Amino acid sequence: MSAHTLDLKNRATGDKIRGRLFYALLLVSVTVGFVLLGTLLVDVFRKGLPFVDGILLTEPPSAVPERAGARPAILGTIYIMGLLLVMAVPIGVGTAIYLEEYANREKWYNRLLELNIQNLAAVPSIVYGILGLAFLVRGLGLGRVTLAGAMILTLLVLPIVIVASREAIRAVPDSIRQGAYALGATQWQTISRQVLPAAIPGIATGSILALARAIGETAPLILVGALTYVAFDPTILGPFTALPIQIYQWIARPQEDFRLLAAAAIIVLLVILLTMNAFAIWLRNRYQRRW
Amino acid sequence: MATSDLTAGAQPLGLRAERRRFGEDAIKGIFALCALVSVLTTVGIVAALLLPSIEFFQEVSLVEFFTETRWAPLFSNASFGVLPLLVGTFSVTIWACLVCMPFGLGAAIYLSEYARPRARRILKPALEVLAGIPTVVYGFFALTFFTPFLQDLGLDVGVFNALSAGIVMGVMLVPTVASISEDAMSAVPQDLRDGAYGLGASRLQVSTRIVVPAAISGIVASYVLAISRAVGETMIVLIAAGQLARITFDPREAIETMTAFIAATGIGDVPTGSTAYKTIFAVGLTLFCITLVMNVISIRLVRKYREIYE
Amino acid sequence: MSEMERAHIAPVRIGSVDERILTERQERVVNQRRDVLFTVEDLTVSYAGVPALKNVSLDIYKNFITAFIGPSGCGKSTFIRCFNRMNDLIPTAAVQGTVRYHGADLYAKDVDPVEVRKRIGMVFQKPNPFPKSIYDNVAFGPRILHMRGSLDERVERALRHAALWDEVKNRLKASALSLSGGQQQRLCIARCLAVEPDVILMDEPASALDPISTTAIEDLMHDLKQEYAIVIVTHNMQQAARVADMTAFFSVEVDQERDHRTGILVEYDTTPTIFTQPADKRTEGYVTGRFG
Repeated sequence: MSAHTLDLKNRATGDKIRGRLFYALLLVSVTVGFVLLGTLLVDVFRKGLPFVDGILLTEPPSAVPERAGARPAILGTIYIMGLLLVMAVPIGVGTAIYLEEYANREKWYNRLLELNIQNLAAVPSIVYGILGLAFLVRGLGLGRVTLAGAMILTLLVLPIVIVASREAIRAVPDSIRQGAYALGATQWQTISRQVLPAAIPGIATGSILALARAIGETAPLILVGALTYVAFDPTILGPFTALPIQIYQWIARPQEDFRLLAAAAIIVLLVILLTMNAFAIWLRNRYQRRW
Repeated sequence: MATSDLTAGAQPLGLRAERRRFGEDAIKGIFALCALVSVLTTVGIVAALLLPSIEFFQEVSLVEFFTETRWAPLFSNASFGVLPLLVGTFSVTIWACLVCMPFGLGAAIYLSEYARPRARRILKPALEVLAGIPTVVYGFFALTFFTPFLQDLGLDVGVFNALSAGIVMGVMLVPTVASISEDAMSAVPQDLRDGAYGLGASRLQVSTRIVVPAAISGIVASYVLAISRAVGETMIVLIAAGQLARITFDPREAIETMTAFIAATGIGDVPTGSTAYKTIFAVGLTLFCITLVMNVISIRLVRKYREIYE
Repeated sequence: MSEMERAHIAPVRIGSVDERILTERQERVVNQRRDVLFTVEDLTVSYAGVPALKNVSLDIYKNFITAFIGPSGCGKSTFIRCFNRMNDLIPTAAVQGTVRYHGADLYAKDVDPVEVRKRIGMVFQKPNPFPKSIYDNVAFGPRILHMRGSLDERVERALRHAALWDEVKNRLKASALSLSGGQQQRLCIARCLAVEPDVILMDEPASALDPISTTAIEDLMHDLKQEYAIVIVTHNMQQAARVADMTAFFSVEVDQERDHRTGILVEYDTTPTIFTQPADKRTEGYVTGRFG
C-alpha cells in the first residue's frame, strides 16, 4: 500500500544538499556578527594599545597627540555615572513599584502609561538630545553643564531601569505578599520589607546594565554638552565632556595620530563597560533567588 | 447587639487606621510622581519638537520642505528641501536592512530550530554583546577599518560613504532582529512541528514552511523595529557616512542623514532663534514621526503574535 | 449489523464485557492471516539514562488494529513513538534494541529518520492542524515529499478516506482552525493519509474529543483497517475493547531504591483474550478495574 520504496537510507540527493546548504547559511548568519566583533576588537587594540598609558588617563587633551590625554572625559563619565545612579535608579524603581504594586491595570491611564514607556524606549537617542537642548540648556537656562547631560541620559535610560525593575518585582511570588498582608502588614510595609529586598538583585543588575548603556551614548550629549574643547576638569554645574564625546572629537581630527588616540580611548571605554557588565552578571548569579 | 459592639470596639482604633492610611496614600503619591516623569518626558519631547517646528513652518512652507531637492540651510542662498536628508537616511537604512534581515532571521532559525540547548544558552547572550557595543565604536570601525577594507576589495568607495555605514549598522542590528524573531518562533507550539515531522518533513522544511509562517508577525515586528533603529541611529552615520546633503542612491558616495544633520548642526554655533537653528527641530520632528509610526506598528505586531499563542 | 455497530450500541462496561461481540471478534482475529509489519526485539528506551520502558518484544500485523493499554506512566506513548523515530526529536532519549519494519532495522546507523517518517504516519492526542487552509493542510505532505500526480485528486482522496470530504468540500480554502475538534482530528488523519503510509500510529487520538467525535474516529479506524495497519495508544479500556484486534497491556515497575518507574510489557494477545481470559494476574487486575 505504501507509495514509497523500502530504501530507508538515502534521502533524495537534492533534498540532502539543500538541507546542508541551508544549515551552512544559518551558521554564517550566527557567526557574521562575531566575526565582525572580533575584527573590530583586534583592530581597535592594535591601533590603540600603544597609546594606553598614564598620559591617556591623567592628562587633559592637547593639540599635540603625544601629550594628549582623556582625563576630563574620564572624570566626566564618572560624574555622569554618579548622577545617573542618584537620579535614574530611584525614579525608575519608583515607577516600577507604582506600576506593579499600586496601579490598577484596568484603568486607561495606567495602560497609557505603560504604552508611553514602551514608546519612549524606542525613541532615537538624538531626540533626547533635542529635548535637552530645548528645555535644559536654553529653556531652563542651565546651560551646557554636566547636570544637564546627566538629566537627559536619565530620561533616556529610564525605560530600561523600569522594565528591569518591573521584572524583578514581578518575579517575587505573590504568596509572599499574601503572607505579609495576612499578618496585618500595610501595603508599604509589605513592599519595603518583603518585595523590594527580594527584588534587589534583579533591580541592581538592571540598573547597572542601564548605566552601561548610558555611558556609551554620544548623540544626546553632543547636543547638550557640545563644547568642542574641554581641557579642564569638569564640575557638576560646569561645562563637561565624556569619553564617547572625546572619542568622537579625536576621530574627527584629520591627523592620523588622533585616530590612534581615539582607539586608545575606545579601549578604556570598552574596559569600563566590560567591568560593569561582568559585575552585573556576577551580581545576578550570586544573589539570584530561585523561587 | 453584635454590630454595635463591634462599632463601639472600633472607635479607639479608628484614628490609628486613618493615620496609617494617610501615610500609605502619601507613599503611593510619591511613586505615582515617579511614573509621571515618563509622561512629562513625552510631553517635553513633543513640545520641544513641535513648538519650534511650528515657527519654522511659518517661515518655510511645508511644500518647500518636502519637495525642494536642495538642503542648504546655512548658506546665504538658503534652501530647505529635506529630501536629500530623507534619501540619505533611506540609503543607509536599506543597506543595513539587507544585512540584518536575512542574517538576523537566519540566526533566529538556528537558535530556535537547530541549536542544542547548551549552544543556545551561550549564543543568545553572546549575541547581546554585539548590541551593547557603543555606536561611536562602530562608527570608528566603519571609518577606519571597513571603508579601507572595501577600498581594498576594489569597490571605489569614498572616505565617507553610505555603504560602509549601512553594512556595519546592519551587523549591529542583527541581535535585535534575531532576539525578537527567536522569541516569536519559540512561541510556536511544539505539536505543530511534531505534526510536520510526523509526515516526514525535514528540519529545513519544518523551519521554513511551518515555524517561520506561524511566527511571521513577530518576525515582521523585529524587522520594523530594526528599521526604526536604523533610521534613528546617529553616531555611525555621523562618523562614517558623511555630511554632504544630496540626493544620490549610489552607496559609494557620501551623504547626510537626518540624524547626522541634527548632530552636526547642534555641535556648531548656529545662532539661537534663527531659521537655520530651527531646522534642528523641524528635521527632528520628521525623524520622530517616522520612528513613532514604526514603533507603534511593531508593538501592535508583537501583541498580535503574543495573543495567538499565549 | 456490523461488529462495530454492535459495539457501539452495547458499550463495554468496566468489569463486564459484552460476550457476544468479543466472541465474534475472537473468531475473526484468530483466523485472520498474520502478516508481520513490525518486529520489536528487546526494546529499551531511556531518558537521560533513566529507563522509561524496558525489554519489550512483540509483532505488529498488517490490517490489524493493535492497542497499547495500561496505567499512566507505563511508557505507551514512548513506545509508539519508537515506531517512527519521533523520539529522536528529544535530545535526552536513547533507544536500545531493535525495531524491524518489513524486516529492515529502523535504527540502523545509516537509516534516515526523515525517510522513516514518510512511510509511517502519526496522529497525535491533541489535534494539531497547521494554521493554514484545509486544502493546504492535506496538501502539505505531498508537496514537501514531491509526490507526483494531481494534488487536487490526492487531497480529495485523503479527505474522503478520512470521512471528512462531504463536510468540507465546499470550503477547502477556509482555515483549518475553523473546524470543530473532531473535524480537526479527522483532518489530521487525512493529512496523514495523503502521504500514503502503510501504517498509522495514533497516540490517544480521541482523548481530547467529545463522545460523538470519538465514535466517528473509532468508526473511521474500522474502515481504515482494510488498507492500513493501525496502532493506537489509549487509556480508555472500553475503546480498546471496541476497536482493537490485538491488545498489549503495559504496566509499571517501580525501582524503590533509585526511585525509577519503568514500563514493561505484561501481556500481548487478541483483545478478547486480554479482556476475558488474561494469562497474567496484573492484566486481570487492570481490565477488571481493580487498579489503574
